[in-house]
Amino acid sequence: MAKHPFHDVAIVGIANSEQARVLEGHDSTTITFQAVHGVLADTGLSPSDIDGIAAGPFSGPLTYYMRNGPSWRHYMAPSIPTILDAASAIATGQCHTVLVAHGSAGVYTERASTAPWTRPAHEFVVAYGMFTAAEFALIAQRHMHMHGTTPEQLATVAATIRNNGHAHPDAVYHGRGPFTPDDILASRMVADPFHLLDCAMTSEGACALILTTRERAQDLPTKPVYILGGACDSFGPSYQHPPAWDLAGPSGRNNGYTGRWAAQKSFAMGELGPTDVDVCEFYDPFSFEIIRQFEAYGFCAEGEGGDFIMDGRIGPGGQYPVTTDGGTMSFSHGGAAVQQLQRVIRGVEQLRGTCATAQVPDAQVAMCSNGGAGALFTDVMLLGTETP
Amino acid sequence: MSEILQPQSPGIPLPVPTLFSQPYWDGCQVGELRYQRCRDCGAITMDPAPACSACFSPNLDWEVSTGLGEVYSWTTVWRPQTPAFTVPYVAVIVTLDEGFWLLANLINCPVDAVHVGMRVKATFVELSDEITLPYFEPLPSLQL
Repeated sequence: MAKHPFHDVAIVGIANSEQARVLEGHDSTTITFQAVHGVLADTGLSPSDIDGIAAGPFSGPLTYYMRNGPSWRHYMAPSIPTILDAASAIATGQCHTVLVAHGSAGVYTERASTAPWTRPAHEFVVAYGMFTAAEFALIAQRHMHMHGTTPEQLATVAATIRNNGHAHPDAVYHGRGPFTPDDILASRMVADPFHLLDCAMTSEGACALILTTRERAQDLPTKPVYILGGACDSFGPSYQHPPAWDLAGPSGRNNGYTGRWAAQKSFAMGELGPTDVDVCEFYDPFSFEIIRQFEAYGFCAEGEGGDFIMDGRIGPGGQYPVTTDGGTMSFSHGGAAVQQLQRVIRGVEQLRGTCATAQVPDAQVAMCSNGGAGALFTDVMLLGTETP
Repeated sequence: MSEILQPQSPGIPLPVPTLFSQPYWDGCQVGELRYQRCRDCGAITMDPAPACSACFSPNLDWEVSTGLGEVYSWTTVWRPQTPAFTVPYVAVIVTLDEGFWLLANLINCPVDAVHVGMRVKATFVELSDEITLPYFEPLPSLQL
């Protein structure tokens, strides 16, 4: 018997649709369907093999058009929490094979403004010009004040991730580099300390995954990747309240290290620690977030993240390669959810050993994350080629 | 001296008060920065809420802040959220002397002078008949 119910669940299918700054001739539905066709082809499964759908607003249409009802369904825009819900539904016998999918195209059209999903009209931020970059900047600036983290360290993260995308043939910004940290620092300032190239870009695209039972996975052509652990930390709604590093309740657990407790639970489920991780598919909305996550997850001590990421440690061939497809800075950033699922997809590619670029040799454990302290949440998943 | 930060002009998106935040916005119109204190445990709740964020009691009273505090974190924004905003503007989280945080913009200050720990005080700018917006400015005030 598995040591944790998640260990009975495998990710057996992954697919990215085409990704681009703008996908002419697509809307969110058509590009999502393209990713669904891709993931069915990846696994050799047909719609009748699926009995659960977690595709946010597309769950209903997919269920209807695939005629695979009655099926389990999930209507939240899918990211790591949704994958964990799907895994839980499979592990508890509510369904056996779940399609997770999301896509976005034609949503961000007012280019003089920041992307619509980054600026909710909440009464305590709306008149102060807040958007995602400014929210995350307030977190980064506090860390720089407390620990002396430098713009050069932030720029080293951004250059590393952007160079991963530069090399990746399917990245939206393929061939746009290579970048040095000085190139990052020379780009125009968006929200101090973030220069343009410290920030995620915006694009369009879709992606999909299929999860099933360990038993069914053995009959499929793809190499199964198992869920070793996963959990979620939230401190409240994103972009409505001051993103303070020290936001905490009586527990003392603070927003600055959101993701720490999710990581601790995930490592315990998988009987692992940070040194067991071969590849870090961390969410990269802004350069500083990578530094923060290494501290939050216990890879290094508090305040030491800036030094930790230097000297090639997070680049190709380093001890902890990060965000190896180029992430939201260079691979793609399709909106509120697509790019979050893509962290897990890249983790699966690494463990399958099928990455065209930046493949970590013999990778067996991948750590994937979503969110960030500027958004008051971080979700964590550990993937593995074997279970304990 | 670098550019002096100014309040935004009417035309920016404005807050839409809720049932439980209306007293905060009413306070701004008369130059008061109001916050909620719990009648049961004494803790402060901010942003306004229907229950205490320390003990979840529904028994909250409104008090008036001195408006004095210090900058907890900041960012100077050069890419506006929408074209309605004039850049640069500086978003700050201020720790008020009573012990709560408020997010706002900094004005009447050189753009490169903001720093963590800077003493500030609240100041109010009328942007519509319904909304007067709190900002912060340096303390002591600059001789502009």
